[in-house]
Amino acid sequence: MSAQELGHEIYTLKVNGQSHPVKDAWIGESLLYVLRERLGLPGAKGACEQGECGSCTVVMDSQAVCSCLVMAAAAVDTEILTVEGLGENGSLTDIQQAFLAAGGVQCGFCTPGFIVAVHHLLDSNPEPSDDQIRESLSGNICRCTGYGRILEAVKIVISQRGA
Amino acid sequence: MTITHTVSTPTRSGTLGTNAHRPDGVAKVQGGFAFSSDMWSENMLWGATLRSPHPYAKIISIDDSAALAIDGVECVVTAQDVPGNPYYGLIMSDQPVFAAIGDTVRYCGEPIAAVAADHPETCKRALAAIKVVYEILTPVTNPQDCVSGIAPQIHPQGNVYRHQRIITGDQSIVGDVIVEGTYEIGMQDQAFLGLESALAIPDSGGEGLELYVATQWLHEDRKQIAACLNIPEEKIRLVLGGVGGAFGAREDISLQVHTCLLALKSGRPVRISYGREESFYGHVHRHPATIWMRHHADRNGKILKIESTMLFDGGAYCSTSPAVLINAITHTQGPYKCDNASVEGWAVRTNNPPCGAMRGFGVVQACFAHESQMEKLAAALGLSPVEIRLRNVMETGDRLITGQVMDSVAPVEQCIRETDAIAMPEPLSPNADIRQIPGGTGLTAQPGNIVRGVGWGVSMKNLMYSEGFDDYSTARCRMTDGVVSVKFATSEVGQGFTMLAQQIARTILGVDEVLLDTIDTQVGSAGSTSASRQTWMSGGAVKAACEKVLGDLFDHAAITFELSRDHVRIEETDIVDILSGRRIAVSEASKGVNLDRTEEYHHPPTEDLDENGQGNCHVAFAFVAHRAVVDVDVELGLVKVVQIATAQDVGRILNPISVQGQVEGGIAQGLGLAVMEEIIVKDGKVRNPSFTDYLLPTFLDAPLVEMVLIEEFEPKSPLGAKGVGEPPCISVTPAIANAIRNATGRELPRVPIRPYDICL
Repeated sequence: MSAQELGHEIYTLKVNGQSHPVKDAWIGESLLYVLRERLGLPGAKGACEQGECGSCTVVMDSQAVCSCLVMAAAAVDTEILTVEGLGENGSLTDIQQAFLAAGGVQCGFCTPGFIVAVHHLLDSNPEPSDDQIRESLSGNICRCTGYGRILEAVKIVISQRGA
Repeated sequence: MTITHTVSTPTRSGTLGTNAHRPDGVAKVQGGFAFSSDMWSENMLWGATLRSPHPYAKIISIDDSAALAIDGVECVVTAQDVPGNPYYGLIMSDQPVFAAIGDTVRYCGEPIAAVAADHPETCKRALAAIKVVYEILTPVTNPQDCVSGIAPQIHPQGNVYRHQRIITGDQSIVGDVIVEGTYEIGMQDQAFLGLESALAIPDSGGEGLELYVATQWLHEDRKQIAACLNIPEEKIRLVLGGVGGAFGAREDISLQVHTCLLALKSGRPVRISYGREESFYGHVHRHPATIWMRHHADRNGKILKIESTMLFDGGAYCSTSPAVLINAITHTQGPYKCDNASVEGWAVRTNNPPCGAMRGFGVVQACFAHESQMEKLAAALGLSPVEIRLRNVMETGDRLITGQVMDSVAPVEQCIRETDAIAMPEPLSPNADIRQIPGGTGLTAQPGNIVRGVGWGVSMKNLMYSEGFDDYSTARCRMTDGVVSVKFATSEVGQGFTMLAQQIARTILGVDEVLLDTIDTQVGSAGSTSASRQTWMSGGAVKAACEKVLGDLFDHAAITFELSRDHVRIEETDIVDILSGRRIAVSEASKGVNLDRTEEYHHPPTEDLDENGQGNCHVAFAFVAHRAVVDVDVELGLVKVVQIATAQDVGRILNPISVQGQVEGGIAQGLGLAVMEEIIVKDGKVRNPSFTDYLLPTFLDAPLVEMVLIEEFEPKSPLGAKGVGEPPCISVTPAIANAIRNATGRELPRVPIRPYDICL
């Protein structure tokens, strides 16, 4: 891509509480691409590129979104939270711990998207029913687990938080 | 989850039998685990592949000058840039690295050229600028035309990958009851989430390279890459990039050779990462198949004879089609006794997408047919689905239709009885949450139209590779001043082998910490992560290497601490002399000691089938039963799978949660094949290469799974365990189909069962 074609757009994204300047990006780049390839945040994954699988889930201004469907340049002035921004100082959140304890992780490709989605779910609804969990997470595809251990992980967190 | 027999009581955390922690777990939940698509290198270029839009066409010319003129494009490679073997393939070297000028493309999506450039968008524009002139030919899309011989030959190596029959026993027998049917299985995609991706880094001297790739079998990839590049294997180092699922789709070469060619030509690191649409073109799929079966039984329901013909469409290139076919025909009888059989199988070449390995490997197709037949047999005899199966169950010592004697643990009857004992789900409540009824939140199902159905499926699955193939595995164990490390080339694709390797080493060597070396080609081959084989094969290799190191440690400790060499053993983390009762901590005994052992594990040899399909072609078998409960809106054809009850023969349980995860995950994939997943191919073209149009089971589609694990030590297995990965996805598909048949009264001879199959 020539410099002329790329333009010299420089914008700033606020990710996990930090400002990240984005330099020389092509204007058509998705938020997913910019996070992964320009900002060194590869936690969000690309698996379908059309908002069907949820592997790229991040939270943007308190809404869970598929970052593959968001133009990065359109995310200026929003607060973006990725899986890298969840635990403090490298520690695991209760949700991350529960995914490990319950066997909710196999290949792990869907895992970051699921973890972000579960954080978003339980932030907005601390005690969802099983049906609500299933519906809320039905935009995240997992090909390995059949979802049973992931459901178990979410229930562990709900029960721990309620205790 | 219930476990029927417990072989051993786990004690120390992280040893065999416990729910050990995944060594890759923390990185995976934090997003830091490096999948192959996360690989990056200084000065890296992006690569992309130009693919044919036609299923069958002659290439007249390729003009890449306009692409090369684009600012940021580094190089283009085509067939003329392949210095070595222009073809690759697992069984038959018949697939071109790139289709060449003057030759034909044989499937829609076949690679013609690849570009390297500074940005993925530049790559896209460069691909669009390459001008290819085609002479479009009429594709061969009906596999039957290859059997009858009326199709034109579309490849120098012919249109038939394999034709094999099995003839055994008395062919003149006629049953009191005869049932038959013709069954169709659609083309399923493995749909792993972590798309194909590889990063090739050329050596500074330009003689060799390093390739980071998500694959199932590093050494096989290296062998094929080296032949295509005409570079000695030792100049190519393959390193496993993080693998986001596999399910068979990473056994074949996809982007490996292309990435290497671009890196060697440009002299820079190159990464190719497929998108989802390209992934549908870039890997093989589950074979679509048409299977005719006729069962003869006596009045009591005993199966007397099975006749069958099977036709597998292998698509444009061979991949593993001959082996898939052999798996299918040798599993014609399923987990039932049968003395007389006549089976004829064909795997053929067409201009449809190439097909190869997918979880279940031919047995999925055969099982759908034989379990559909068992339901018909039950109906014809007035027996229950459970009773007809119990009257025919296979046992250890039985002779299979190939003449091979079943010498695995074979608890088929127990699988069925334990499954039958699992409580049925509550009836659908008139006030059921909409998320629990067919159609779900679409609010489309009318509760009054919903009918419940119950169906069964039982299966047998071979473990490891068959027909004389020595699919050995290698492992290296080192103990250096008390620090244990294990190395192997076994692909960790998500199943948890790295965790198992640590469990084995902890258990055998009496240590708590086990380091894992890089998974690469700097150690002998592990064979493929497929065929439910790695726990058995690579588990066997790790065990053997650890035991050798332990023997060396005992030798050392016996001298140093004056123990009786013949009477020492490991208890927890101590070496114990059972004569004197003395205990020396392993950490103490291993101080200053450097031990290093590399071992191979080979399973007992197997044989090719003869012309009548006779021979000891398989190593071992595992069994499982599934009972499906479905709710069907018969007006709209909508299905909700309510519950899957299952009892699976798993051998010794090495990690309960991992087994549970394999069972639940396999069931979801089998559900997908039953009611939603199909690559739709029309005139040789894939019509739905996206996750919008190729539907995968979501959280709301996943049924309640109630499982019993039948734990019985398998004496032939190095760790007593059987592979558990494939069985869960095999008989669940016919179980669901049989449940829908039970609810609707329709024959439904094809999967996936679509709404219009039910309601029109």
